[in-house]
Amino acid sequence: MLECLPDKAVTHTAGKINPAKTCQPIGAMYAALGIHGCLPHSHGSQGCCSYHRMHLSRHFRDPVVASTSSFTEGASVFGGAANLKTSIKNVFAIYNPEIMAVHTTCLSETIGDDIPNILKQAEIPEGKLVIHVNTPSYQGSHITGFSGMCKAMVQYLSESDGVQKAQVNILPGFVNPGDMREIRRIVHEMGIRMIMFPDTSGVLDAPMTRKYEMFPAGGATVAEIRDAGNSALTLALGAFASNAAADLLQEKCGVTGIPLKLPIGLKATDAFIMALSDWFGTEVPGSLSLERGQVVDTLLDTNFHYQGKTVAVFGDPDHVIAMTEFLITMGMVPKYVLTGTPGKAFEAEINGMLGEAGISGSKVKADGDLFELHQWIREEPVDLLIGTTYGKYIARKEDIPLVRFGFPILDRAVHPLMPVVGYRGCLRLIEQISTALLDRRDRDALDEDYELIL
Amino acid sequence: MAEPDATVIDGVLASCPDTVKKNRKKHLVVKNEAAGCCQQIEANTRTIPGIITQRGCAYAGCKGVVMGPVKDMATITHGPVGCGYYSWGTRRNKARADERTPADKIYSQLCFTTDMQEPDIVFGGEKKLAKMIDEIVETFHPRAINICATCPVGLIGDDIGAVAKAAEERHHIQVVAHNCEGYKGVSQSAGHHIANNNIMEKIVGTGTERKPGRYVINILGEYNIGGDGWELERVLEEIGYTVNSIMTGDSSYLDLKNLHHADLNLVMCHRSINYIAEMMEKKYGIPWLKVNYIGIGATNESLRQMARCFNDPELMERTEKVIARETARVMPVLEQYRKICEGKTAFAFVGGSRSHHYQYLLRDIGMEIVVAGYEFAHRDDYEGRQVIPTIKTDADSKNIPELHVTRDETLHREPNEYLGITKEEYEDLKSEVSLNAYEGMYPNMRDGEIMIDDANHREVEELVARCKPDIIFTGIKDKYVSHKMGIPSKQLHSYDYAGPYALYNGAVNFARDVSEMLLTPAWKLIVPPWEQQNTTEGEPNA
Repeated sequence: MLECLPDKAVTHTAGKINPAKTCQPIGAMYAALGIHGCLPHSHGSQGCCSYHRMHLSRHFRDPVVASTSSFTEGASVFGGAANLKTSIKNVFAIYNPEIMAVHTTCLSETIGDDIPNILKQAEIPEGKLVIHVNTPSYQGSHITGFSGMCKAMVQYLSESDGVQKAQVNILPGFVNPGDMREIRRIVHEMGIRMIMFPDTSGVLDAPMTRKYEMFPAGGATVAEIRDAGNSALTLALGAFASNAAADLLQEKCGVTGIPLKLPIGLKATDAFIMALSDWFGTEVPGSLSLERGQVVDTLLDTNFHYQGKTVAVFGDPDHVIAMTEFLITMGMVPKYVLTGTPGKAFEAEINGMLGEAGISGSKVKADGDLFELHQWIREEPVDLLIGTTYGKYIARKEDIPLVRFGFPILDRAVHPLMPVVGYRGCLRLIEQISTALLDRRDRDALDEDYELIL
Repeated sequence: MAEPDATVIDGVLASCPDTVKKNRKKHLVVKNEAAGCCQQIEANTRTIPGIITQRGCAYAGCKGVVMGPVKDMATITHGPVGCGYYSWGTRRNKARADERTPADKIYSQLCFTTDMQEPDIVFGGEKKLAKMIDEIVETFHPRAINICATCPVGLIGDDIGAVAKAAEERHHIQVVAHNCEGYKGVSQSAGHHIANNNIMEKIVGTGTERKPGRYVINILGEYNIGGDGWELERVLEEIGYTVNSIMTGDSSYLDLKNLHHADLNLVMCHRSINYIAEMMEKKYGIPWLKVNYIGIGATNESLRQMARCFNDPELMERTEKVIARETARVMPVLEQYRKICEGKTAFAFVGGSRSHHYQYLLRDIGMEIVVAGYEFAHRDDYEGRQVIPTIKTDADSKNIPELHVTRDETLHREPNEYLGITKEEYEDLKSEVSLNAYEGMYPNMRDGEIMIDDANHREVEELVARCKPDIIFTGIKDKYVSHKMGIPSKQLHSYDYAGPYALYNGAVNFARDVSEMLLTPAWKLIVPPWEQQNTTEGEPNA
């Protein structure tokens, strides 16, 4: 496998070989699914919508429904206004969503369709809503598209009534529904009222009931997203995915926004809980202290499984930033840290963490690709690879264990339901990392070194 | 199941606005044997904007389906990152090294994309593409390169043909440019056509090697999902055929160059590859035969027809021997699964011949497909090729350039010469075996069964409610919808990552997998005990 790879390290400058990111619209589609009663709509040719539904379905193993403007060559030449207006009419008539969330594609962006103007001319039924975001695929990544759609939710829906409520807005970032459920549980344990948007729990982890609901029970309601303008605080989890919406919410409705890391790992979870506790003056309940204590206990019980091991981690920037921090907490050495999403802030943040931990000689890159990561690993291998399913080729070729983490995971199940956030998420990550390394040790051990207890 | 009749269609479309209803009604046909002739179905026309269709785009058809599987070509997606990324390793076209293509010339697991950024859109992406080609040549030394265009490339006017030509001159390897922008045509089908044209125009005929063997054949429109092509090779080579190329599953650029050095073309997926079969017939005189290796009866029939083409008693004898041995081996196994599957009904919305092909295999195990359709087919896939002259070209199909091939005066031979038979024998053969023809799915459907073109989300839901199938064969986008309705669903684009499903071993694999799906204990556990009113409620389709 991959015998075509060059023997010597090469650098390539044009394009990407094995990209570590994908395009904006899929992120916008995922975010839109986190609004209750929302039908995401892809304004462009059919292929994009089809690819995005396919990819999300493969990761979540649940229905992903979205409509498309179905451009043909005519629309590409004369503009897509007629297609969008017809789509809006048909979508509300046939599927009857509460709200449609339109995102553009590189096709409609390149021809310059003016979405706000088209929406003004469209027939939107009384009481129904259409929001939009521009998601040109030639900028940013799927994370940028997710961030854009979150921002559109604030822009179109959030309002301040002038009376602040003792509630927190949580922008959870591009995480799994299982993570969103866990974040909600932690905030509930704290006894604080919250609005989380987007919220794909109940939408992309819906139970089997034999009743198919095109718009399942989950998702943040339009009323909730509107009311987010009245909250006392917004916690933006993950800068790349959530800061833009939090900033706009602060600007538009005066809600203070605090940027935080995704609560993945001990320190980031501590910071999340402390932000809530500080702002609302809430005491952290014993239940969370217990969970935290279990994490520290486990770290001390098992440090020799992983401490000092080198690791390559790749994926979406917010995920990788939080994961790198946790790996350092675990005493591991993040040797290669890479994201496909462009943004210099990523490199600065990772390098800062590594510097603080006294780790030198690591390679860190934003806007990289997996071919490059593979080249680094071939030059100097690592003990463990952490990243998405796309890492499995590197893992096999270089015979390195892979812990699947982030988006997408296409070749394993259950992950969308199992959180990696919070203290429970810490335990799960420790288990996965430690097990991967111990399985490798068992597999490679000589007979005389093969031990019962590790 | 509930018996479908003409009123079912009205019910299915009841909730649609009138314009939608009027349009969609033409895409749904209830087979009426009393009608005597083949009923007309509307196909290959625009999807209605806003309808939740399962269709993809021209790029998906060209790169994802036809060109992508060519293992020794480095295929560059010219465009923003998404299109290349989504078509990266997602079609399961298995490929392996062989004596003609060493492992270091296989690029199937890599994704090359120019990852166009805003300045590329504004100022053009040609330079970046040219540079990427240079870097790929320097790093990987591919035998040839594909460039596949995505939507913005056509809009900004990047001349990928010129970039390809210049790169060919620089590097002395072939660089094939495919203008398969996603907006072309109305579905993936446009992309299949574009790829077929380019393969035919630029690659086929450039090689001079004929593989050794008396009966050299090409298998066209076989993408080696789950190793189907390899199961075909196993059986065909044992009978005495030389497989020149499986196109394009596990195919190599070298083999495509020599595609014309074959005696007979077999067509599996009619929709995606009929163009090449037809063009090779015109240009070189090579006859083609529509085959189906899905299902034991269908396989045996296709093998016999192939042997009949060459009119060689020894070949026929070897064919019968293999048929007898393999059939005897697998039928008792299938019989076990038939006990589980007998009487069950299915829907199938898949592929460019699969909804037709799988009807045979399902009948082998006692099942019937009562609603069948395609995402991107044309009328001829439903009604048979005889309707082609009557199909009116609309604006969308006019956008796909028609490649007009002419007879190659040096290489053209009479079809009977390819088959090694006399003219008279060829005339006899034509009356027995339908060469260069396809009868479509319609004749294989039964009275009251439904054909549906470009089935959409709501229609599938409504049809399920009315016809209550036991299983749905479809792709990933419908799979979990079906599951949530309590109906098992199997992906027949990817086989749910199993397979092969073709020929004899394939039939056993398929029957086992379908039986396991139907028997999965969890289907009986959906209703929790505390909600159960009576014992039947926990069972599917109770």
